[in-house]
Amino acid sequence: MTTQTVTGLKGKHLLGIADLSAEEIGLILETAEAMKEVGARPIKKVPTLRGKTVINLFFEASTRTRTSFEVAEKRLSADTLNIAASTSSVVKGETLVDTALNLEAMAPDMIVMRHASSGACHLLARVCKSRIINAGDGMHEHPTQALLDAFTIREHKGRIGGLKIAIIGDLLHSRVLRSNLLLLGKLGAEVWVAAPPTLMPPDVERFGVHSTTSIDEAVRDADVVMMLRIQLERMQGNFFPSLREYFTVFGMTEERMRRAKPDVIIMHPGPMNRGVEIASEVADGPYSVILNQVANGVAVRMAVLFLLSGASEGDQL
Amino acid sequence: MTYLLKHGRVVDPVNGVDGDFDILVKDGRVARVGRDLPAEGVPVREVPRGSIVCPGLIDMHVHLREPGQEHKETVATGTASAVAGGFTAVACMPNTDPVNDSASVTRLILERAAEAGLARVYPIGAVTRGSRGEQLAELGELHAAGCVAVSDDGKPVATALLMRRAMEYAGMFGMPVIDHCEDPSLKADGVAHEGFNASRLGLRGIPGAAEEIMVDRDVVIAEVTGGRAHIAHMSTRGSLRAVRAGKARGARVTCEVTPHHFTLTDDALEGYDTNVKMNPPLREAADREALIEGIVDGSVDAIATDHAPHHADEKLVEFDRAPFGIVGLETAVPLTFDRLVHTGRISMARFVELLSVNPARILGVTGGSLAEGQPADITVLAPDLAVTIDIGRLRSKSKNTPFGGWSLRGGVAATIVGGRVVFVNPDVAGAQALAGA
Repeated sequence: MTTQTVTGLKGKHLLGIADLSAEEIGLILETAEAMKEVGARPIKKVPTLRGKTVINLFFEASTRTRTSFEVAEKRLSADTLNIAASTSSVVKGETLVDTALNLEAMAPDMIVMRHASSGACHLLARVCKSRIINAGDGMHEHPTQALLDAFTIREHKGRIGGLKIAIIGDLLHSRVLRSNLLLLGKLGAEVWVAAPPTLMPPDVERFGVHSTTSIDEAVRDADVVMMLRIQLERMQGNFFPSLREYFTVFGMTEERMRRAKPDVIIMHPGPMNRGVEIASEVADGPYSVILNQVANGVAVRMAVLFLLSGASEGDQL
Repeated sequence: MTYLLKHGRVVDPVNGVDGDFDILVKDGRVARVGRDLPAEGVPVREVPRGSIVCPGLIDMHVHLREPGQEHKETVATGTASAVAGGFTAVACMPNTDPVNDSASVTRLILERAAEAGLARVYPIGAVTRGSRGEQLAELGELHAAGCVAVSDDGKPVATALLMRRAMEYAGMFGMPVIDHCEDPSLKADGVAHEGFNASRLGLRGIPGAAEEIMVDRDVVIAEVTGGRAHIAHMSTRGSLRAVRAGKARGARVTCEVTPHHFTLTDDALEGYDTNVKMNPPLREAADREALIEGIVDGSVDAIATDHAPHHADEKLVEFDRAPFGIVGLETAVPLTFDRLVHTGRISMARFVELLSVNPARILGVTGGSLAEGQPADITVLAPDLAVTIDIGRLRSKSKNTPFGGWSLRGGVAATIVGGRVVFVNPDVAGAQALAGA
């Protein structure tokens, strides 16, 4: 376990893993341990955020992340409301800044936002007084996903430093990848990424990772294999010829998993395309921790909400 | 109006002049240039101590937005911005609404410029009707109405065949084809230079190759046709290589670089400020260094701003939704001084070539020279002026610049068009005397 050397988060917002120190990441993960315990109680609720208002502002479809935030907020007794783009004024042509300023006028404490544009949360943080939590911005970052991934890895492996972690799939368009590369790098993992060259972010090595087009090389002796979703519409962009061929070259099968360490775990941020990036036998196999990730997502988001809520220091859970 | 500009360091490379000279301005023209000219009853206007007097600067690449987008800029506000930036003339791109693909639009721009009475305005006509890349615009009519070049700026000339025809046909009127070089399929929906910064920030990339492929094509077509191609806002080392090779083979190709491309790199993307979003995008350090080398060794012909005003509301949006472009007229001189002259990379003679002599030559317009008989288009520069870019004081209607708050050394003391002092910088001690006040 990381030794805690900080007692709070420096930043006002959580815009990305890029802004967090290793110590702050450690603090979030430690706090999430306590939050996970709350979720195991018969009455899964603490009064920590009573009287706080949290707006979940989602400009992109999301089931897992939005629900996870909402459950986390409710377990902390916050007043929550959900706004989806289809029901908002955005369809009437209102800008993001105007939407945000109108919501601000109702004095929320925190805004959790997902948006299709990279940097949208940075824009919000510039114009809003509320604390902003990034629930995924374009191809940029998805910090709470990386935090819950780290929490899950630590839960199973006891550490992150020194592990070989392979990340495979559509790396180019993935915000989960970027947040994970930053987080795993800060915590000292040996990260390998594998994808066809067409789906590899330019200069990805400068994140301090090994890149390869061989899934087998990435998986060999890996402690953790993380598969990323292939969006079906990428085929139209000629990133690869067909889903069938993608699965042949980059799909994770039981046979390929055998090259990893015997105690490997396999992860996926969801939603999965079975038979495209991952075979069902692997997704449902004994080494799969995919549903643990979802469960841990609530605890990690509770931790982030708690640590950012301001009035939390010294409060009892 | 007759007056004697006294005691300036005159830098006029075309006429081999660099030294302490006086200039007699008479009836809007340069009547005499000489050492210690006698006043002989003519009012004397003392040039502020330490100033440099040079042929009026010419920005060969600006967007004045009128007609059609007057909320961003008008001919009046754009030329006010030009003269405040030391430019006595600007060439304005045709991507207005409607596009400047007909004599009526060209005439409207010229009328507005005459009403404003500030900088000279040289309209650039569209290569194709509506800049749609399909059928040639009536280039002869545009030329007759006052256009000095043609361009579909904002878009490349779509096909090699069309570019060939345009260069051949425009050549008949002595007009260059100015191309915004970009392969649309490679640029796709990119918003930033393809490289580590775009990767890190999750921004879709525009590879350097998108520009270079089109520059290569244009150089080859210029060579084959004998026509004149001018590469707008060149941003990569590969493009520079292609231009150099073309020039070495005798192709009639010229190119320009913007101040933002020789000053900034894609490191500026951090924080997602939409005022660092422009097309072509800010490139990497190796590109910037290569462009500066090209500026130094003469491979780059001109510095042009690509002045692209956008309303604050249009820029206060998500990065990928924001329009491309920044204003540049009022920051070009300070940036060129600070980054190129005071760093010892270029001489003052080269400064004047890049910002006056060569733009005049490429566009085939008057200027670039203080020879006797020339229109008295004169820029008085204050090379050591401490300039802090104050967005609130920009004359442009739009304020979209990443240089707000920057402290730079070197600025403009006064701008003279046709003998009329159209701008005096209140921050320069003694500059008011130039206005004859």
